[in-house]
Amino acid sequence: MLTSFKLPSRLGTLAVVIAAALFGTTVQATDITGAGSSFVYPVISKWSAAYAEKTGNHVNYQSIGSGGGIAQIKAGTVDFGASDMPLKPEDLAKFGLGQFPDVIGGIVPAFNVAGVAPGSLVLDGPTLAAIYLGTITTWNDPAIAKLNPGAHLPSSKIFVVHRSDGSGTSFNFTDYLSKVSPTWKSKVGEGTAVQWPTGIGGKGNEGVSAYIKQIPNSIGYVEYAYAVQNHLGYAKMKNAAGNVVEPTIASFQAAANTADWKSAKDFNLLMTNAPGAQAWPITATSWVIMYKTPKNAANAKVTFDFFKYAYEHGQDAARALDYVPLPDALVQQIETYWSSEYKM
Amino acid sequence: MSAVYARRRIVNIIALTLSGFATLIGLFFLVWILWITLQNGLPALKLTLFTKITAYADTGGLANAMVGSLIMDLMALLICAPIGVLAGTYLAEYASSTRLGASIRFLNDILLSAPSIVLGLFVYVIIVIPTTELTGGRISFSGFAGSVALALIGLPVIVRTTDEMLQLVPGTLREAALSLGIPQWKLTLQVLMRAAFSGILTGVLLALARLAGETAPLLFTAFGNNFMTVHPLDKMASMPVTIYQYTNDPNPALHAIAWAGALLITLFVLALSLLTRIMFSRKKVSYE
Amino acid sequence: MSALSAEPLPRDTEQRSRTDARHDFVFRLLLRFCALLVLAALLGAALSTLWGGREVLFKDGLHFLFSSDWNPVNDQYGALAPIVGTLVTSLIALLLAVPVSFGIALFLTEIAPNWMRGPVSSAIELLAAIPSIIYGMWGLFIFVPFMASIEPTLSDTLGNIPLIGALFQGPPLGLGLLTAGIVLAVMILPFISSVMREVFRTVPARLKESSYALGSTTWEVVWNIVLPYTRSAVIGGIFLGLGRALGETMAVTFVLGNSYNLTASLLMPGTSISSSIANEFNEAVGLHRSALIALGFLLFVVTFIVLLIARFMLRQLARKEGR
Repeated sequence: MLTSFKLPSRLGTLAVVIAAALFGTTVQATDITGAGSSFVYPVISKWSAAYAEKTGNHVNYQSIGSGGGIAQIKAGTVDFGASDMPLKPEDLAKFGLGQFPDVIGGIVPAFNVAGVAPGSLVLDGPTLAAIYLGTITTWNDPAIAKLNPGAHLPSSKIFVVHRSDGSGTSFNFTDYLSKVSPTWKSKVGEGTAVQWPTGIGGKGNEGVSAYIKQIPNSIGYVEYAYAVQNHLGYAKMKNAAGNVVEPTIASFQAAANTADWKSAKDFNLLMTNAPGAQAWPITATSWVIMYKTPKNAANAKVTFDFFKYAYEHGQDAARALDYVPLPDALVQQIETYWSSEYKM
Repeated sequence: MSAVYARRRIVNIIALTLSGFATLIGLFFLVWILWITLQNGLPALKLTLFTKITAYADTGGLANAMVGSLIMDLMALLICAPIGVLAGTYLAEYASSTRLGASIRFLNDILLSAPSIVLGLFVYVIIVIPTTELTGGRISFSGFAGSVALALIGLPVIVRTTDEMLQLVPGTLREAALSLGIPQWKLTLQVLMRAAFSGILTGVLLALARLAGETAPLLFTAFGNNFMTVHPLDKMASMPVTIYQYTNDPNPALHAIAWAGALLITLFVLALSLLTRIMFSRKKVSYE
Repeated sequence: MSALSAEPLPRDTEQRSRTDARHDFVFRLLLRFCALLVLAALLGAALSTLWGGREVLFKDGLHFLFSSDWNPVNDQYGALAPIVGTLVTSLIALLLAVPVSFGIALFLTEIAPNWMRGPVSSAIELLAAIPSIIYGMWGLFIFVPFMASIEPTLSDTLGNIPLIGALFQGPPLGLGLLTAGIVLAVMILPFISSVMREVFRTVPARLKESSYALGSTTWEVVWNIVLPYTRSAVIGGIFLGLGRALGETMAVTFVLGNSYNLTASLLMPGTSISSSIANEFNEAVGLHRSALIALGFLLFVVTFIVLLIARFMLRQLARKEGR
């Protein structure tokens, strides 16, 4: 009977301890916080660990999604947001925000068809769009056969896999389909989540990868790193220049190099369907979004220092994770943008 | 007569066999899922998991996430267990047939099914945004906000079980105590709660089990932290959020750490459940 | 107690009963405060979803409820597919989990030897402790392929039965409404069975012994004595499980297939309210976000209606029994 009375006093002690912890110490000031895109989470956390060892400053980045990143930077709960879709210059101006790219990556169509070797399938934009529209329904469709002369394409039905969660990957993928297929543009359009005409939705890149592996005769799209790590069979694509290219870091780099950054205000440019001869057509980037007149100038300085460090010393870490570092010319343009646009 | 008896016996045997079979089904799924967790988690169960922080990703550990989860889960329990038990007591002992009681019960049942992300969002609006405004962004997301969100998830479970368990305590027990002149509060705390103790404890443990694995409400409240912190007003890492992020990473080494983390959460709740049961098993009271 | 004080009491007794009365008053106030706190928290959460979803709810009104057109690009939102998916998966989960939980509780309270009860009940409760993301991973990597391997058999046998046959026809993908329902059933099992087990134990031995003495079998004692005695609490436990099934996100999202196209077959992919929210919330802005929060409010409404129906049915049952 006594135990029931000891309990409250024990709780009391605990409450005192917690209260002491709450008010006894102060929050560390050199921590900077970022939130947003899950696409860049792996590489930013690598950079953050290296940066912490070098400078002692903590960059705490959490992947809560691009939409979340934009909402949180607007609310001022974080020092920077990261998004897979750029904000329009007029929206940036409205909120007093600026944006710049941080890293580049590729999105690849992956498939699982018995008898077709990984990497041997060739697709082009209109065909891919027709598959995702549900107008091409079998693997031996003439449109696919024409691109793959001599391949043994089965007559089985195509199972289409897409992302179920809102994602920058879907945004870039549907943006590409909109650029190459007028039907896709008018019927579906582009967005982080769209009304898919057909197919099943997997959660995250992992979910899509698992479905592709498990369901015979399926096709899906994932970020390059997931295709590599999960040993998925990826397809080659015919790009805007009419060349068949393989998804490699070199072809992503080619897309980044040929993109017209110079005339893109606030770096508002999507690299899908890039014009370069060797450019991979579904190449994506991610943007960092910050206030031009930050509330906490000291934190903003550290943030710039962090990204400067990442551009200069983070290239190997990025490549190891199957990302593409930004081209030098772009980095210079970003640093000019910092000094001209941001007021510290 | 004997035909009827035989039929009753056969029904009995079939029913009891089926009940044993049901238990086997439950255990089968447990073993299956645990086996998968063990198989994937054990190889990654290394000492560095406990000593290094998540900042180092695949060469790091989960130390900060463990500390964060421990702090937030316990704080959440400290918030929701007393409130939930007292509110459940109110429902069972004071408002079992009043309109207020009925409406609280009804709302409580509805809240059991609230999508946890919605509760997280609610806490974001009532705690995170105001603290951000008040401190100019110095205190925004916090372990404290995370605990409140978790407490909201545990609360309806505790209220529901406490209410049910107290209602099952026979009325004769109340009458006997009251006739001895014991005041109502003593009756409630020392007689009824003790009688219903193991049931209430089950409710608290179920609440803990449920909130310890929650990801969604923490994203917009505790946020997460790649570095170690024990300050409740700091952004805080947690096991479920880390596991969630790691399982969505292309790096297989992180998948392994995620499985190990899941294994640790499961073991943590198991240990706590066993410990509580052992601690309190001697104090069991029978109603007769 | 007031009847006792009609007789003059000794001073200290009188004093004590006055202190007791004061303590009782304070205690009651404290309890009431906690209960109101719960009420406030819950109402606040529910109302905040109504507020967050107001744009879509007021713009589309009933159309939001009955349209199955979910198109974020055109900002068109209809919640029919998620509502149907939520109800179907939760119903499957309850149909499977309630009898199994009852069996487990029966086994643990009436049949199992004493040494077995503690460990087995802890083990079953452990199912509640496994993080739902793990259910999702297990579902995605292990259970979905397993279901894919047995679904052809399901379609060939159950698929040919008239009326319910259509429920079991479709390509053997392994994922879909049925798979999600089964995973949910496993997840809510510990909630329902733990409560059942606890309340079965509270049945006074006197009642059970009387029944045994009259020659009842164990099954008859459980069915005729234990279950009626604990019925309200058993239903409470079922609600506990139902609540979890309705609100569960991670595990469902991984195995449901997340398609907004409505189909008759349980083997086809579907979507649910909570998994739609979990899927799209992070990247949603503007009206899309509002629609997702409105979905959260809708889940409150759906639960409200489900509970109302349950309560109505219970009342009918009680009336039939002449209470």
